[in-house]
Amino acid sequence: MTLLNADKVLDCTGMLCPVPVVKTAKAIREIAVGQVLRLIATDPGAVPDMQAWSRQTGHELIDTQTEGNTFIFHLRRKK
Amino acid sequence: MSQSDPNQPTRLALIASKGTLDWAYPPFILASAAAAMGWDVAIFFTFYGLTLLQKDLSAASVSPLGNPAMPMRLPFGPDLLQKMDLPIPTALMSLPGFNVAATNLMKQTFANKGVSTVGELREMCVDLGVRMIGCQMTMDVFGFTKDTFIDGVEIGGAATFLEFASDANVSMFV
Repeated sequence: MTLLNADKVLDCTGMLCPVPVVKTAKAIREIAVGQVLRLIATDPGAVPDMQAWSRQTGHELIDTQTEGNTFIFHLRRKK
Repeated sequence: MSQSDPNQPTRLALIASKGTLDWAYPPFILASAAAAMGWDVAIFFTFYGLTLLQKDLSAASVSPLGNPAMPMRLPFGPDLLQKMDLPIPTALMSLPGFNVAATNLMKQTFANKGVSTVGELREMCVDLGVRMIGCQMTMDVFGFTKDTFIDGVEIGGAATFLEFASDANVSMFV
């Protein structure tokens, strides 16, 4: 599995709704516009939730990868 | 965007009317998730929901009495046992100490699964700028005072909430 380069990594392993979304919202403000945040999560609900979060906030969900029970998201800060 | 102004963020208006441990979760989960999406959020705490504004949340409890849909399961022990609903007679549920036991079981189960506590969820809401409005009328009725509430709580009445809700995209009563 090849991963995009990330400017910041947020590990939400073991955390359930709504924590991955809340922590992602905080972390995206800690990188510059155009930079990439990697989110690692194990809650399957995070997959549709990150899609919704991306649509609602306008930040880009670049990709979602699955490795066993872990989901890896890359998000680009857009504004 | 709000209903009437496209330059304003999407708006969520919640009423939290229940103070039991189980029903404490939905308003704080929805509010924090919405605020994390950049929404403008207010929660109006009324009746038993006012207890969720208190600094000390330790009194929040849950009872399976009169709530037959509530699963009663062990948060520890062999896997098979944890997946089994405990056949507890209703009469037993009314005994002293049963609420405490049921509450502890729920707290332990939630902790085992990785769910945040109500206090943690509320703190997320505060950090994200969720407006918390305590209902003046029910405060008077039940004898709540503002000094027992967390900092930043506004006090208002039905009109205060309805004015905010009049421009909301999503409104819910919990």
